[in-house]
Formats: sequence, structure tokens, C-alpha cells
Amino acid sequence: MLQRENLSKFDAANVRKDFAFFEQGLIYLDSAATSQKPRVVLNAMVDFYEKSNANVHRGVYRLAERATQLYENARKAVADFIGADAREIVFVRNATEAINLVARTFGNAVVGKNDTILLTEMEHHSNIVPWQMLAKSKGARLSFVPITESGVIDVSALRHALSKKPKIFAFTHVSNVLGAINPAKEFVKEAHTFGVPVLVDASQSVPSMPVNVKDLDCDFLVFSGHKMLGPHIGVLYGKRELLEKMEPFLGGGDMIKEVDFESSTYNDVPWKFEAGTVDVPSAVGLAAAIEYLKSLGMENVRCHEVALAQYAYDQLKKDPLITVYGPKERLNLVSFNVGDMHGHDVSTLLDQYGVCARSGHHCAHPLMKRLGIPASVRVSFGPYNTLKDVDLFLEALHKAKKVFGL
Amino acid sequence: MSDQLYQENILDYYRHPRNFGVLVNPDIVARDVNPACGDEVSMYLGIENGKVKDVRFSGKGCAISLAASSMLTERIVGRSLDEIAQLKKEDVLELLAIPVSGMRMKCALLGFKVLKLGIVKYLGMEVQSDG
Repeated sequence: MLQRENLSKFDAANVRKDFAFFEQGLIYLDSAATSQKPRVVLNAMVDFYEKSNANVHRGVYRLAERATQLYENARKAVADFIGADAREIVFVRNATEAINLVARTFGNAVVGKNDTILLTEMEHHSNIVPWQMLAKSKGARLSFVPITESGVIDVSALRHALSKKPKIFAFTHVSNVLGAINPAKEFVKEAHTFGVPVLVDASQSVPSMPVNVKDLDCDFLVFSGHKMLGPHIGVLYGKRELLEKMEPFLGGGDMIKEVDFESSTYNDVPWKFEAGTVDVPSAVGLAAAIEYLKSLGMENVRCHEVALAQYAYDQLKKDPLITVYGPKERLNLVSFNVGDMHGHDVSTLLDQYGVCARSGHHCAHPLMKRLGIPASVRVSFGPYNTLKDVDLFLEALHKAKKVFGL
Repeated sequence: MSDQLYQENILDYYRHPRNFGVLVNPDIVARDVNPACGDEVSMYLGIENGKVKDVRFSGKGCAISLAASSMLTERIVGRSLDEIAQLKKEDVLELLAIPVSGMRMKCALLGFKVLKLGIVKYLGMEVQSDG
């Protein structure tokens, strides 16, 4: 079996040893919500606090210089990881904040009355609400590219929507509910033929597969450190020429060059977008997470996680009582429902057998409405999950069904 | 603990909820959702002489949420609105008679919250948010 071959190349049981978290014996299947952190990440952060902690871009003493160096090295590490230049990387709190930043600055400048902002039916709330707020303030409207019955973007509908020249097209690289991988490069190319700028929400893709912004040619790309074995810090990538033109997001220290009583001169990019004291230890932790992921190899991580998801998908599909959502071809997660059981009840019972699985609407209300369900159960995988984890989950699910007499 | 949670009668109420449906021309109607899980409950009450003459509830939810709402409707039929206004969340947990904790508390109390909302609005009382 192809899947088993992929699994055999990757020693997830050994990977797991790098994570103190797993010493408590939990079967953690919720990495799409947040990932666990290897010791090297936690140690890098503790090490920063114990040896290099100082505010950055300010002090001239050597310690402050070291802290600044570590922060900017982290920016370089993030840039290298996704094929960007360091000056195109803005550190924010999370992916949500990154989308808000683009909506409030770039969006605010390009979207006007009666204009259209194009999204898709498979977006996370974080890639809907900031645009709704912008549309409301501008008198603009949102349009959603539909998904097909099999749970992928309707490409002809997308082409038609793009031909109407929306002011921006924002879509998720990988659906956090369906697991579907959107052909981002093709979507961007299509959008650009109509002169439409594109934001890619890569929160689910960057942790689990190779992503290169130069190859995608997207205008903006956002993701979160905490989903990729790192701490809670967000990343915004933006093409340099766009970032240069954009107004700042938040005002404060560090984002300025000169401040007078009446007005200020803003700092260069990316610092223009990083007002106030920045989260240096998290940036350092993210750099360590990237180093760790690179040592595993992103192509290996993808093969491994896809194989786990494919195995779970195939097994769940065999049960006539179980409905699985999304296409067969998927990244690292599977959403499903069991008979007349509510997702919360399934999740509560799985928890009893030591399996952590998400249930609910997965912050995607519109998509759940589109699928006609109030909630679903989701299992998602990280590089530390093994085939045995999936088997234990399936066993626990069998027991949960028994409780409900199914 | 979950085995205790999903007792026979809870599952029975989930599969065959009593008073499930809607009332035409209700005197009181209220609805709310649990944003954490997308569950929703609506309550419809017919009032006569200050007492609940008829009650229905509808919505979507987990076993705990639907069973609790259903049991609550049975508890309030024939009771005066003043009496119902005095009901506390402990009374609902007593009806369920299962160990509810943490995140599932909101499921157990969604119907109760909706009922309170409707009654309070009807009686013109001030809404108290006690979780």
C-alpha cells in the first residue's frame, strides 16, 4: 500500500520523543487547531529569556543588540522558509491579525462603494469577518465562490467571479474543515489575469507542506506560528512594493522614524507595521520551530500527514453510519459525523478514551450551513502522530457508537 | 464519567424529545445559540392566567442540550411564570441528574437560558446575566 510506504519512511514515533507533551500518553488529534511544541522550541524561548532578554531596536548596549539580532534572524528564517525576502515579513499576533492588517490598510485603500470583495464558501471566520467589517464601512459587498458537491472550489464559478474584477480575492490554501488543498498557484494566476490582488490564508498549509510565495506569486499570505510547532505569533507576508505603499496598521513606538507633536514620519517596512514592543521570544521560538520542521523535511511531513489522513478517511468511509466531508484528496485532516450523534457527544466520549478530537463548527459557520450540518467531529494530524494513533481513535470511536446503541 | 453522562434516559430524551416542535401564536417566544458549538434552541410558551398552558421547543443540539431542554419543558407546564422566574440552574442540573462539568455546562443550560430570556422579557424584568 502506498500509504504504508509513505509512513515507513518517516519515523513519527521517534519524532514524538522530541515532545515532552506526549509523556502524559494523550492521543492528540487536533493539530489543525494548534500544534504541540518540541523541546527545542521551548528551550529556545527559555534560553532567550535567560540569556538575551532585552527590548529590540532601542538599546545600544550589547545585550539589546543581541536581542535585536535574534529577532531579525527569526524574520530571516521565516522569509527563507516560504521563499520571501526578510523585508516582506511582518510579525503580528496571529493569522487573524494579519488578515485584519491587510483589510484595514490595503483593503481600506483599494475598496470603495459598491465594490466587491471575493472570498470562498470554505473560509474560516478569520477570513470572513475582517472583510465584512471593511465592506460595511465602505458600502462594498462580499461575494463567495461556491464549493462543489465533492467539497472543492467550483473553478468555473471562480473564473466568472474574477472576471467581474473584485478589488481583492482572499481564499484559504487548505480548508480547516474539508481538508481540501486549493490549487493556489492556479487561482493566483487566474486572479492576476484580471488584475485582482490575492491574499492566501496559509494557516493550514504552511505547517504541513512546502509553501513558496514566489512560486505562488500571491500578493499577501498569512499563517500562525502556533499551528506549526511554534509559539503564538503570526506572520504576514506581503510583496515589498505593496507593503511600501500601505498605510500603517497600528500606531506607536518602533513604527516611526521621527515624531513631532503634530505628525510623524513612518518607519521602513516591515517595521512600519510592528508598533509597540514586539514579541521577541515568540519570534525566536518560531525560528526554532522552522529549524526543526526543516530537519524533518516539509516534503516528508506532507507525505506522512497525508498518509495518516488518507488511512483515517478510508477507514471511516467503510462505515455506512459515518458521513465524511470533503474530497478524497486532502491534506492532514478528516471531518465527519456519526449517525444521529452530535459532534460534542462524540468528542466527549472520545475524550474518555484519551483521544483529543475537535467537535463543533470549526470557526466556519457559513461552510457548515452550506454542508447543512450544525457541527462535525474533526481529527487532524501532526508529524508526531502515528498510524497507531489513528487505530486507537477508530477503536475509541467504535466504543462511542456503542454507548449510543449504534 | 462519560458513561454516567450518557445514561439511558438522556439518550431517550435525545432520540424522542418530549414537547419538541413549535406553537402557533405563542405568547412567549425566545431563541439563542451557543456560539461555541453552533447549537440553537427556541422556546414557545402559551400563557393562561399567568401559568404555562402549553410549551414547545425546537432547535439543534447535542444529547445533553436537547435532553435538558426537553426535561425543562416538562417541568414548567402548569407552573406560574413567577415560579419559573425563580428557577435556578441547579434545578436544571437536578433534572438531568448527571455529572455535567466544564465545557458541557453551556450545553446543559442553553434551553434554560432561552426560557429565562423569554420569561424575563414577557414579565418586563431586567435581564440578569448569571452565565
